[in-house]
Amino acid sequence: MPDEPLVLGIETSCDETGVGIVRGHTLLADALASSVDQHARFGGVVPEVASRAHLEAIVPTMQRALDEAGVTLADVDAIAVTAGPGLAGALLVGVAAAKGYALAADKPIYGVNHLAAHVAVDTLEHGPLPEPAVAMLVSGGHSSLLLVDDLTAGVTPLGATIDDAAGEAFDKVARLLGMGFPGGPVIDRTARDGDPGAIAFPRGLTAPKDLLRHRFDFSFSGLKTAVARWVEARERSGEPVPVADVAAGFQEAVCDVLTAKALDACREHGVETLIIGGGVAANSRLRVLAEERAAKLGIRVRVPRPQLCTDNGAMVAALGSHLVAAGVAPSRLDLPADSAMSLTSVAVAG
Amino acid sequence: MVLVLALDTATPAVTAALAEVTDGGLKGLGERRTVDPRAHGELLAPQIGRVLADAGVRPAELGAIVAGTGPGPFTGLRVGLATAASMGQALGIPAYGICSLDAIGRAAGPGRVLVATDARRREVYFATYLDGVRVTAPDVAKPADVRVDADRAVGEGAVKYSEVFGVPIDDRVLYPSGEALIALAADDIRAKAAAAPLTPLYLRRPDAVAATERKPVLP
Ligand SMILES: [Zn+2]
Repeated sequence: MPDEPLVLGIETSCDETGVGIVRGHTLLADALASSVDQHARFGGVVPEVASRAHLEAIVPTMQRALDEAGVTLADVDAIAVTAGPGLAGALLVGVAAAKGYALAADKPIYGVNHLAAHVAVDTLEHGPLPEPAVAMLVSGGHSSLLLVDDLTAGVTPLGATIDDAAGEAFDKVARLLGMGFPGGPVIDRTARDGDPGAIAFPRGLTAPKDLLRHRFDFSFSGLKTAVARWVEARERSGEPVPVADVAAGFQEAVCDVLTAKALDACREHGVETLIIGGGVAANSRLRVLAEERAAKLGIRVRVPRPQLCTDNGAMVAALGSHLVAAGVAPSRLDLPADSAMSLTSVAVAG
Repeated sequence: MVLVLALDTATPAVTAALAEVTDGGLKGLGERRTVDPRAHGELLAPQIGRVLADAGVRPAELGAIVAGTGPGPFTGLRVGLATAASMGQALGIPAYGICSLDAIGRAAGPGRVLVATDARRREVYFATYLDGVRVTAPDVAKPADVRVDADRAVGEGAVKYSEVFGVPIDDRVLYPSGEALIALAADDIRAKAAAAPLTPLYLRRPDAVAATERKPVLP
């Protein structure tokens, strides 16, 4: 295998159909089809709707990626695909397609971990990963703190949400403020006109007694309920709801907890690099607050550009390239899609 | 002569078959079937590999693919269609879709035949065939609501609800036949007809309810 393998990555774990192509750490193509509009009226991703959309999108998205990169399937060294975690039916479409491509073009296949791919994608923007590093992955589906010692060998989970994912909290709060779906971008915009200190919303799992057992875990369900109560009390009293202040106060509470715990994890493990990924990494306040706080501790923050933070095929290709270059054995053609795939395996063992 | 691969995952059976389509006919080169409703994603690709290897055929030698488009349980059905579509794209060959019930109906032979497969939720997917040719549109219903206008019934759905249909059950034909799928697409294959994107016969809408008004959190 070459040092700079040409690897194709397929991602279908949620509502984005992604096909990315990389050569080593260089991104050649990142084609994406999203079914997000089809989920809007349901207020969240509907698994069956997402699965149907993946099947329709996979062939044209693959074609766009190949055209964009100017390569053919015969040229690639390996095919990587998200094997989990994610929505079972959605994952299965990508895995089945990847097997079809691998079988027809006679290429090795790597079934990879979606969360590890969120970490690996940063290499496309900022070069090789300094290890060890702490990664914080925050999206509508995940809120995890991970210790990355060696991305090819496995990743150690430090903590995760015990209820809602961070992005889910954004969606739910946006909905109760009547702002639509998805909630992240609209809350970010609205919050810019608000005062983040005007309303004090709770910071989940930060009390001393919680820190004993949940030092690196998150909880956003109580925050969401606190926002709902506050808004409802306002409405009942007949006063207007200061939407911008609510959005800013909520966003501040989320970003405060996320950055405090991520940097605490860096300190605890003597790590100098924090990588942030997932859709919520696109939040402008999260980026600013993380940079500010990390700078004081001499910790470097790496955040890929927003298109690479949300789910995409490039991240899967990036992880695949990393595995191929490290000489990791490919998976077998009977590799399963695993909706609850554990982080202890970065790729399905061959 | 065209080497043709057929796949079907619309029932608990995972089927892969290989045949040679010539101007005048069709010659089966191998067919494998594994019945396991929960492992279509794991079983299909290795099974295709074995059918090809047994016949000494490399994927690059294939000239067309035929896939059963259902109706069938969605998750498994999509495994077959995603595999067929991606293989067709990778090889630059057409992938034709054929109703999976048709591949049972054709294999069932002459007479007036009801084909029924298990649609889960105590329902069946079904259609009626006359001498192997479909005469009613594929549909989904509770077994008791199926209007039976046939001399016998075939398919694993017919066996499962045998007492409901009131006609003799022929349990020799339970699942779609790969060779029948290829036979049904043979004219298109010979004519090198353009293939439309593979579209599953879902027959049911996704279970999803539109977001409702939020519930109050204050007492
Ligand atoms: Zn993700």
